[in-house]
Amino acid sequence: MKMKISLVGVVLAAGFSLGSTAHAAPPTAEMLSYACAGCHGTNGASAGLTMPTLASHSKAAFVDAMKKFKSGERPSTVMGRLAKGYTDADINAMGDFFAKQKFHPTTQVVDAAKVKKGADMAEEACSRCHIDDGKEGKDDTPVMASQWLEYLKMQAELYDSGKRKMPDEMAKRWNKLSKEDREALLHFYASVK
Amino acid sequence: MTLDRRSFIKVLGSASGLALAGCATQGGSGAAAPAVGKTQEILPKGSARRVVVVGGGYGGAIAAKYVRMLDKSIEVVMIERNDHFVSCPFSNLYIGGLMKDLNPITIRYDKLAANHGVKVLQAEVTAVDPAAKTVVTSKGAVKYDRLIMSPGIDFRLEEMKGYDAAAMEIMPHAWKAGPQTILLRKQLEAMKDGGTVVITAPLAPYRCPPGPYERANMISLYLKQHKPKSKVIMLDANPDVSSKGALFKKGWKDNYANIFEYRGAKKVTEVGAKNRTVIIEGIDEVKGDVVNVIPPQRAGQIAVAAGLVGDDKNWCPVNPTTFESTKQKDIHVIGDACIAGAMPKSGYSANSEAKICAQNVVALMNGKPTTDMSGINVCYSYVTADQAISVAAVYTVKEGKIVGVPNSGGVSPIDYSQAKSEAVYAHSWLKNILTEMST
Repeated sequence: MKMKISLVGVVLAAGFSLGSTAHAAPPTAEMLSYACAGCHGTNGASAGLTMPTLASHSKAAFVDAMKKFKSGERPSTVMGRLAKGYTDADINAMGDFFAKQKFHPTTQVVDAAKVKKGADMAEEACSRCHIDDGKEGKDDTPVMASQWLEYLKMQAELYDSGKRKMPDEMAKRWNKLSKEDREALLHFYASVK
Repeated sequence: MTLDRRSFIKVLGSASGLALAGCATQGGSGAAAPAVGKTQEILPKGSARRVVVVGGGYGGAIAAKYVRMLDKSIEVVMIERNDHFVSCPFSNLYIGGLMKDLNPITIRYDKLAANHGVKVLQAEVTAVDPAAKTVVTSKGAVKYDRLIMSPGIDFRLEEMKGYDAAAMEIMPHAWKAGPQTILLRKQLEAMKDGGTVVITAPLAPYRCPPGPYERANMISLYLKQHKPKSKVIMLDANPDVSSKGALFKKGWKDNYANIFEYRGAKKVTEVGAKNRTVIIEGIDEVKGDVVNVIPPQRAGQIAVAAGLVGDDKNWCPVNPTTFESTKQKDIHVIGDACIAGAMPKSGYSANSEAKICAQNVVALMNGKPTTDMSGINVCYSYVTADQAISVAAVYTVKEGKIVGVPNSGGVSPIDYSQAKSEAVYAHSWLKNILTEMST
């Protein structure tokens, strides 16, 4: 019996070097991006009200956000600490991954009157960059449609407090808006499916 | 030798109805065939390749889901003893009275099964037979091509004299969320104002490095609000706070100075359930009205029985790329049970490890090259009802070891300037990670 069990060990040990690879390829876009999902949802479709959906952002939008987190230009809690862990090549690969994911529509409680008001304003003031009701973005403009209202409000507060810098083109328009107008816009974008 | 002979016999021997004599009649890799023969197979394996996942927690549920997401031709059977899972992360908030029941931290598996075709088997795993590639459960044997073990932790009770099952009902550990969590909460509610709560923490490594300190916060918060004459004493086996140290100390000073007392290098080795006492290194005795004993830990018992633990007899060494056990072929170990280098034993680490493992398991099964790991840990600890602190890091593999990426990661600012935001973000962390596991 002793010998037979030893044999099992030898057989397993011999087979073992085949299974466990000594040389693995560098992390793929999936390897890098799946790790984000614990906070941002599977394939970047967020269920958490203060966490943005990353799915379907353009690569340029994702890369711009990550680089600003990394440099500290964009304020954050954990994102700055995490973004520093990735090279430009990593960030580009993750940008490709999230750009390929399907748009993530959300169902959330919004104020119908605000949505209507916001829709008119968005068409007039925002649609040049926030294309197709915010489902797409020009260049590095992020996807606004269906983002959680809580998240949008937190970002608006960061803009209004000066902690997050707004693109000049956006500031020209945003700064003219009343508090109510701004809120209406957020309700509108949150409602778009 | 890959296989420890003693544990091999133990594994086989613990399979119900298996005669050890049967082992000797077999040769080579077929040695364990009797285990299969004597334990009736449940879910007989067809022609499809199969991954079996043991455990439906932060690691297991994600591993099962991602294997299916990556390759629908691979059958996945996830074996979990309960029909639901209660999260340890955020369970301290329930203990502190910030959550009225465990519903927000409880998940079920029906959507995971329906959305991804994961076959969920509710059963207790009683043995693993690596040679026969079979898992023996309370409901029958299940064969696998590759096995992913995410068994969590069990306690090293031999290092905590007197802490048996009966003692746990008097002095709860609440380190596996569920009935124990509720018991600790009830004891705090029943305690008189002016009582003493004792929390004991084990030497690292253990599940959730900041967990004991967050628990101290949540218990202190409850007592401060409802029983302000009470005291909380933490007896920590570690020489000093072993996670987010400066942040926790500031939190205690600013919020709980009159209630909470931290005592480092106080290793509790014995308990006296009758009088609710704990004994430090066999000498000093400390008595409490409520005593929360967090014992030293090791990988879940089934991982020990399967011969997966390393020289330390406690944790499972793994290949840092595939999370395949270095002790048993075709068995991968993730989550708290494994040794994942710099990655802490946290829920988020288990989630991240599960995905790394799933990707490389699928690659190996398809004869494709494996991919170096890239992982994340993000972990929040509550300090007050609306303040939390965090640790976050990105992990990579370097010279065969999992390490944090240099010049990245870290903890919250020491001035607590982000603590209110982090308490808000932490709720989305919970929502997303539990949604990921359950849909």
